[in-house]
Amino acid sequence: MTQSYRIETGGLINRNKKISFKFNGVTYFGYDGDTLASALLANGVHLVGRSFKYHRPRGFFGAGVDEPYAVVQLYRNGETEPNIKATEQELFEGLEASSVNCWPSVNFDIGAINNFLKIFLPAGFYYKTFMWPKSFWYKIYEPFIRKAAGLGVASTKHDKERYEHKYEYCDLLITGSGPAGLASAYSAAKNGAKVILAEDKPRYGGSLLTSDVNIGNQSGKDWADGIISELKEMPNVTVKNRSQVFGYYDHNMLVMSEKVSDHLPKTKKYHPNKRLWYIRAKEVLISSGSIERPIVFGNNDTPGVMLSSAAKEYLKVYGVLVGKKPLVFTNNDSGYETAIEFKKHGVDPIVLDSRSNPQSEIIDEAKNLGINIKNSYVVVAAQGYKKVKSADVATISEDKKTLGKIENIICDCICVSGFWTPTIHLASQSGNKTKFNEEIDAFVPGASKQNETTLGAANGVFTLEETLKTSFEKGKELSKKITEKDNEISIPNVVEKKYSKHDRFWCVPLPKGKSYKRFLDFQNDVAVSDVEIALREGYRSIEHVKRYTTLGMATDQGKTSNLNGLQLVSEIENKVVPSVGHTTFRPPYTPISIGAIVGREVGRHSKPTRKSPIHNWHEEYNAVFVDAGVWLRPRYYKRGNETLFEASKREAKNVRTNVGVCDVTTLGKIDVKGPDAAEFLNRVYTNAWLKLPVGKARYGVMLREDGIVMDDGTTTRISENHYHMTTTTAQAANVLSHLEYYLQLVWPELNVNVVSTTEQWAGAAIAGPKSRDLLQKLFPKTDVSNEGLPFMGYVEGDLFGVKARIFRISFSGELAYEVNVESDNGRFMWEKIIELGEEFQIQPYGTEALSTLRIEMGHVAGSELDGRTIPYDNALEGLLSKKKDFIGKRSLQREAFVAEDRQRIVGVIPLDKKTSIPEGSHLVKDANAPLPNKKLGHISASCWSVEHDNPFSLAILKDGKNMIGKKLFVMSPLKNKVIPVEIVSSHYVDPKGERVRS
Amino acid sequence: MLHIKCPHCGMRSQNEFSYGGDATVKRPALNKEVTDQEWDNFVYNRVSPRGKHLELWQHLSGCRQWIKVERDTATHEIFNTYKTNEEIA
Repeated sequence: MTQSYRIETGGLINRNKKISFKFNGVTYFGYDGDTLASALLANGVHLVGRSFKYHRPRGFFGAGVDEPYAVVQLYRNGETEPNIKATEQELFEGLEASSVNCWPSVNFDIGAINNFLKIFLPAGFYYKTFMWPKSFWYKIYEPFIRKAAGLGVASTKHDKERYEHKYEYCDLLITGSGPAGLASAYSAAKNGAKVILAEDKPRYGGSLLTSDVNIGNQSGKDWADGIISELKEMPNVTVKNRSQVFGYYDHNMLVMSEKVSDHLPKTKKYHPNKRLWYIRAKEVLISSGSIERPIVFGNNDTPGVMLSSAAKEYLKVYGVLVGKKPLVFTNNDSGYETAIEFKKHGVDPIVLDSRSNPQSEIIDEAKNLGINIKNSYVVVAAQGYKKVKSADVATISEDKKTLGKIENIICDCICVSGFWTPTIHLASQSGNKTKFNEEIDAFVPGASKQNETTLGAANGVFTLEETLKTSFEKGKELSKKITEKDNEISIPNVVEKKYSKHDRFWCVPLPKGKSYKRFLDFQNDVAVSDVEIALREGYRSIEHVKRYTTLGMATDQGKTSNLNGLQLVSEIENKVVPSVGHTTFRPPYTPISIGAIVGREVGRHSKPTRKSPIHNWHEEYNAVFVDAGVWLRPRYYKRGNETLFEASKREAKNVRTNVGVCDVTTLGKIDVKGPDAAEFLNRVYTNAWLKLPVGKARYGVMLREDGIVMDDGTTTRISENHYHMTTTTAQAANVLSHLEYYLQLVWPELNVNVVSTTEQWAGAAIAGPKSRDLLQKLFPKTDVSNEGLPFMGYVEGDLFGVKARIFRISFSGELAYEVNVESDNGRFMWEKIIELGEEFQIQPYGTEALSTLRIEMGHVAGSELDGRTIPYDNALEGLLSKKKDFIGKRSLQREAFVAEDRQRIVGVIPLDKKTSIPEGSHLVKDANAPLPNKKLGHISASCWSVEHDNPFSLAILKDGKNMIGKKLFVMSPLKNKVIPVEIVSSHYVDPKGERVRS
Repeated sequence: MLHIKCPHCGMRSQNEFSYGGDATVKRPALNKEVTDQEWDNFVYNRVSPRGKHLELWQHLSGCRQWIKVERDTATHEIFNTYKTNEEIA
């Protein structure tokens, strides 16, 4: 293929480097510096995709971020990425891309039948049609719509690319490197301010790259190049291209996506694919420019119809003619710039101007070049299916309501200019209430909301001279406030052509008897008739019209369609545009890759992994791990081909018969210190704490102020004013915050300090009838007899030279101890326990056995203390002090909390003593009752009782106190199980608690 | 993301803080007899105003101090921040 639409010379591409690429399987050539769009256009390819709803052929409409059509599936380095704008994708050697939203091919697309059915697919079609019959939705409508709609296809493979996040602070963030951005960056930088200048395109300069102007006796582009190279040399300036500032959030936080590698065939080693910048700026200068808006006419979506500014950009930046017989359709002077560029390259354009007799310098220039100009002329409809072949044109009356006789002009492209829409997205996102500017028929930012200033075209200023002047001044003024420096900057002379007034004209009326589709939103296929239907059906708010028609809801966020939609609504409603208002602009300004948003927080990095100091030992002994909050804990230690069930039963049984050891390092630990520590604990816990002697531990329950149990654990008095508090693994952080809240805000008079010591101690629970014998071996010099170290006692010991804390506490219901040593000695402790425990048949046990042991003892844990239960529900009411006040006490008087039939913990056994009961199942009275079957309670935890060798569960059951001995049914619709059960006491093993005291 | 001035540490990003609700709520003194209504007001009832709101935040991933923040709930503007024991103008 030859690049038959590439002009001989000119453009900013590197003609010395030819690049080959593939589109829909065909190999083409382009040059270094091309975009995929410009390279395809150079090869005369206009058909790139099919439209969303009607599958109409679509080409290129813009040349950058505003592109609504040319969305492609990209293949790069063995990966694929959907929904890439061909107008933004830079060409690299070996690039492959294909059309989306068409099947089997872009040239022959079966979905195009929708185009002939379009009469049946008006606005609100989906809402109205697919509502009934209801059963059709899941089986027929929804799968069909899913297949027919949608753009590209996401890769199902793991993304090998790396994405980074970066946090940055600066004095001035400047978004856009056009004249406004360059001038303000330059003067701010000269005042020593820390400046970030962001440009979404690969080349700096914005409109200066394509406009025919002169700044300080240089071309606009040369001036821009000079400023950029000077800025790049300055240490206080960061200049970033391929970087889109897409969101303006609270307190001047902006987010920018930098495409680091997308323009390369392959990401460089150690480089990310994209980098997301979180920028906190003292001042934000929005210099995002403006986007040309189309004029609406019949079949205005035909490939070959495009923005006149895009045609000019393809010519001036890429050296590409978008057509050889161009028709320029304009309501303002911008169209003439494009026409002049065509003429300069030997192509004869025809200009249709909707104005009757416009006069200006640039029009004179066009006339002098001999360009054919037709005033009071409009394009009525484009003709041609896959490419523009001609245009139906006509004269239009002064009031723009009546068309003259229709003529046909042969052309191969229609370059359309409906004047300019300032890009106010960022300003609007900052909270700025925009206002309508009658002069330019568009919205511009109103009074600043945050520290944002909008400059140049984005602010509705379309003359270069004024833009440069205000931008130099603003950059200087804002930086001076920050750096207190005031460098004089001389503002360069500007030579530019003066524009005459544009025509307030945006939509060509339909000729009699014709029903051409006139598209407003090109990506979502929303036509003028759709908006008319929405209004006819009673939708008035622009937000409702938007949702009903999907106008402006496509991935281009209505960059080229919003204002025309508003014009239409205001015209039909006979209102002025400002009173119709515009829909809310929300970040992101343009689609951002999910990978960039997620950053490094993928896979194992999506949350921290915390390991106990004994973790490696567990690994060496075949532990199977489980997530416990942020911790990894051994679930069971696999022997041979054991299953989880077999292993946990073995481990639990060994605790009941011999001795087991469990790593309890992950338990939350908080040091509570200070002369008022006892008083503080007395207020925090429900039970009494003032009389706990040194060297004793006590079990405590703490409530929230609403009476719900927050956490439980044992706290030990280490010395007079020093307590060691333990919390559950999951609640450790919340409990610390809770304690700090009361100490700092509610009772600041208490002299107490709290600090987390979770990581400082490694813990091992030694449990089982032989645990004392083992403990004696571990601490031969310490008296660990029942008298020397009674239940809930605490001593310090010497573990072969390592200082240890020994607590006689039990979670398993067996005689048990917990030994703590400094974390670094954790593995030493563990290995000693295993080594000396050998003669007592010690086995390590994991969380599964730990659960089994606590469930059959009826000890409550996280699954019962689930944020919905009060002490009574957990049979903990014995721990409620009647003598003193404590956090949450007053709430326990609430009517529901003292109800006679209040829910309460019970034990549950299947009648057949065989069927395991799924956790989360409901308890019901009658398994055959009609739905909804009244739930009496739920199964909170289940195990296989090793003591009784049958299944056993805990449940929170309504009126649990009076239900013991009753027969109910467990229902688990998820597992499709109905199990007849008997309600028993929650204390299934050693109900009197003799073992722990033995 | 808000930018909150911790009175102990200076300007910090919101992700270092956690929100703690209305700062004007006062817990009834311990052992004081309170009516059901008074207790409900303390535990549950909040005014949730649009506009200026004095609220608690904890500098969780920083100095761990609870602080008071005067913030506009509609615009997120922060007027002032205070230590817990500071007089509020």
